[in-house]
Amino acid sequence: MEPLLRVENLVKHYREGPHTIHAVNGISFDVYPGETVGLVGESGCGKTTTARCLLRLEEPTSGRIVFNGQNLTALSASQVRALRRHFQMVFQDAHESLNPRFSVRRTLHEPLLLHGLFRAESQLYEAVERVNLEREHLGRHPAQLSGGQKQRVGVARAIMTHPQFVVLDEPTSSLDMSLRIHVIALLRRLQRELNMAYLFISHDLSTVRHLCDRVLVMYLGRVVEMGPTEAVFARPRHVYTQALLSAIPIPDPTAKRERILLKGETPSLREIKVGCGLQDRCPYVADECLRPVPFYDLGDGHQAACRLARQEPQAMPTQARHGDSEGKLR
Amino acid sequence: MSKALLHIEDLSLTFPAEGGRRRVLDRVTLDLYPNEVLGLVGESGSGKTITSLAVMGLLPPTARIGGGHVWFEGRDLLALPERDLRQVRGKHIAMIFQNPRAALNPLMRAGEQVARAVRLHRGLSGKAAYDTAIELLRHVGISDAAARARAYPHQLSGGMAQRVLVAMMLACQPRLLIADEPTTGLDVTIQAQIFELIKEVQAETGATLLLITHDLGVVSEVCQRVAVMYAGQIMEVAPVEALFARPQHPYTELLLQSLLRVDRYSDLNTIPALPQITLTYGSGCRFANRCPDVRAVCREHRPPPFAVTSGHAVICHKYPEEAP
Amino acid sequence: MAETTIRQPVVTATSLSSTLRRFRRRPAFALGVGLVLFYTLVALFGPALTPYEPAKTNPRASLEPPSATFLFGTDKFGRDVLTRVVHATRLDLAIAASVGLSAFAIGSLIGGLAGYYGGLLDDVVMRVVDVMFAFPAFILAMAITGMLGDTLQNVVIAIATAYTPYFIRLTRAEMLTVRTHPYAEAALSVGNPRWRIMLVHLLPNALTPSLVQMALVFGWAILDTAGLAFLGLGITPPTAEWGVLVSEGAQRIVSGEWWVWLFPGVAIVLAAFAFSLVGDGLRDIVAGEER
Repeated sequence: MEPLLRVENLVKHYREGPHTIHAVNGISFDVYPGETVGLVGESGCGKTTTARCLLRLEEPTSGRIVFNGQNLTALSASQVRALRRHFQMVFQDAHESLNPRFSVRRTLHEPLLLHGLFRAESQLYEAVERVNLEREHLGRHPAQLSGGQKQRVGVARAIMTHPQFVVLDEPTSSLDMSLRIHVIALLRRLQRELNMAYLFISHDLSTVRHLCDRVLVMYLGRVVEMGPTEAVFARPRHVYTQALLSAIPIPDPTAKRERILLKGETPSLREIKVGCGLQDRCPYVADECLRPVPFYDLGDGHQAACRLARQEPQAMPTQARHGDSEGKLR
Repeated sequence: MSKALLHIEDLSLTFPAEGGRRRVLDRVTLDLYPNEVLGLVGESGSGKTITSLAVMGLLPPTARIGGGHVWFEGRDLLALPERDLRQVRGKHIAMIFQNPRAALNPLMRAGEQVARAVRLHRGLSGKAAYDTAIELLRHVGISDAAARARAYPHQLSGGMAQRVLVAMMLACQPRLLIADEPTTGLDVTIQAQIFELIKEVQAETGATLLLITHDLGVVSEVCQRVAVMYAGQIMEVAPVEALFARPQHPYTELLLQSLLRVDRYSDLNTIPALPQITLTYGSGCRFANRCPDVRAVCREHRPPPFAVTSGHAVICHKYPEEAP
Repeated sequence: MAETTIRQPVVTATSLSSTLRRFRRRPAFALGVGLVLFYTLVALFGPALTPYEPAKTNPRASLEPPSATFLFGTDKFGRDVLTRVVHATRLDLAIAASVGLSAFAIGSLIGGLAGYYGGLLDDVVMRVVDVMFAFPAFILAMAITGMLGDTLQNVVIAIATAYTPYFIRLTRAEMLTVRTHPYAEAALSVGNPRWRIMLVHLLPNALTPSLVQMALVFGWAILDTAGLAFLGLGITPPTAEWGVLVSEGAQRIVSGEWWVWLFPGVAIVLAAFAFSLVGDGLRDIVAGEER
């Protein structure tokens, strides 16, 4: 099957005064029709920047983005605009991403208007009902909606043109626990109904585990591990993935865990390191980590760019060791 | 049973709202004992932050106390004049908040702020105070403390700033530490570090930690006892293992069942949707409208707390009849 | 999915109870609005109700003090002062409205464009604005009227031009803030071209300070028109305009016929004051509700 989206060696650098911020440093991946790919990592890892480059909300510094066979990076702004009906975005902060002066109806009508797809009011009715809102919500303004409702308007707006590809930027972060499940269930249902592919950007790994087919773990602008969700979560092979997963508190006092604690804090994006981005913090760092590290294939599409991935398969860090850490009291 | 360090008794609180005032806290009763970690858990709007603000005397001016007391060392904090409250605050009860950089003075270097706390609460001055401050910064895991002490808050990362606040707390040596969602917005790996730090500070100083959070994972790993709040009412209080293994209140059960865990995959169809918080209530239990086990009496009034076992109390009409 | 919605007051809500509440809390604002309404009614209906003709001279009734027949007295040519003041109200308010609205419309558009697109356009616009701000508005208006000639049209053009820079600056500043809002980006991602984002999404949200300013400019325009007329520029006698009337009355100060200059003078001051109160009140309201 041909991928719906192919990203080749995407790079994005910003100038910030005298410094260069190396936000994204050469990532490549594919998204196939109908699948959900998760892009995870902590703040500053480059996941949001990547998404924005994919949607051409920012211009990549270099690299290719091929959507449905067309090279997006080579198209003009107006050509891209015509294609936007096929790829959309659900923004992180629902409240901020809705124009406060627009009624819901106007917000939802606009995508149809811009792409010449408006036929009848029934399209709007169908859209709100699909996201479990009522028709009367069409007449309201964002200030009259709750957080969950605003989020659903954002989702409705994104699917108005029946896109093939939707980028979801932390759609559950600002929501209460009780709303998260609703939103996830909604997103899954919509995906089935409209046959869309999702790129799900999040730092909420428990949600990612329940929504995504495949996952990419990013750190310092690079992908460090990728593969089927179950494989990556159950058998993480890159030290960063292991540390990330082990850091998440589990609501179960009987679960015994050992943490992999990384030293210090995430280094600044002002310099790119040759070799593994984790080299200053990793408890298992070795000489070869200071040189570019290739991806090691672990079978079934699971890859990790870590020398430890060469070894025998290991289960989740119940056997992992405590690293030396400056996070502890002395 | 040791004597309570902090005894919140029947606390009620209102805020102005459309058409009058809204009861944001409804007869909240909670005890905190010396040298323990108590988690206060609930969704947004449950009243957990307001409770801590009431203890600290930091309520917004529009809030009105509708009744109740907050007993600390023999005095009712709600009745104290501001001058006396200021003595208590910082010295005996300290609080750290959600956005660490916002809690620091943006115009003062980090080390100086810690030194100020040292001067105020430990009676040192001048160089002795500053040196103590550096030592405290080192103690909370800030490498290169002397250099970092000269940084301004905006030059610090979130995790670093939170450590500075913990250092300031250590300077005060309070008996009660309140931490309100101290790691929201921080990266997960930093969160883990900060919680390790807070646990060690608590163990080292023997202070009581009141940890306010919506994250049951954090509660499970950091707290010894838990209090569950819903819409301004306390629903259940229990030791951590007991709460997770044998939840008694219907809300707690629903809460636990609707969790998504990162360490295992659950079929989403089997997870019941958690009902959302409504805004209008009667005089009884506020979970009544959404409770799967509701009875007529629930909307009228709430029963007194029922001790399922020693230390595990639940406020629900199902008990004592259905007690295990 | 049953979910309780949270009703919060929308900033632009204008239910009757909330409007009345705004007035009750701000007596100065209420007074200003009341005065403006009064003036508007006079401007609309006054000329039809006046007992005399504004231009018809009556030498026998020259310089009569206020009485039952001539409520505000008469001027040198026997014309009823009240009638002339009322007719002047219509003219002056029309000028104020034209000036205010055109300066607002043109200035906001230019400011919005400059703020959104930035770059060379922004630099050029801001430098021109800086130069214009170097001169007091009245002086600018004088200069432009002098260049263009003494007609009503030119007066409006002159004063409007003098005040346009205010709106350019205000709207540009708002635009700079507003264009960073995520909803601007969301508008881009659904497929809006940039010009449409600026015009349809951002500009309406950037107009609030300009609207407040417009109320003030209404008042200032009246003062400027009157000032110009008093100096013999722009509107000239025998047209009934407050400044013209004051100018005619100025000749009577020493001789003691106070009614000729006092009534139009009070009309000017009160009008400017009224718009000033309205503008200040609007600013308070906006500041109070933008939280």
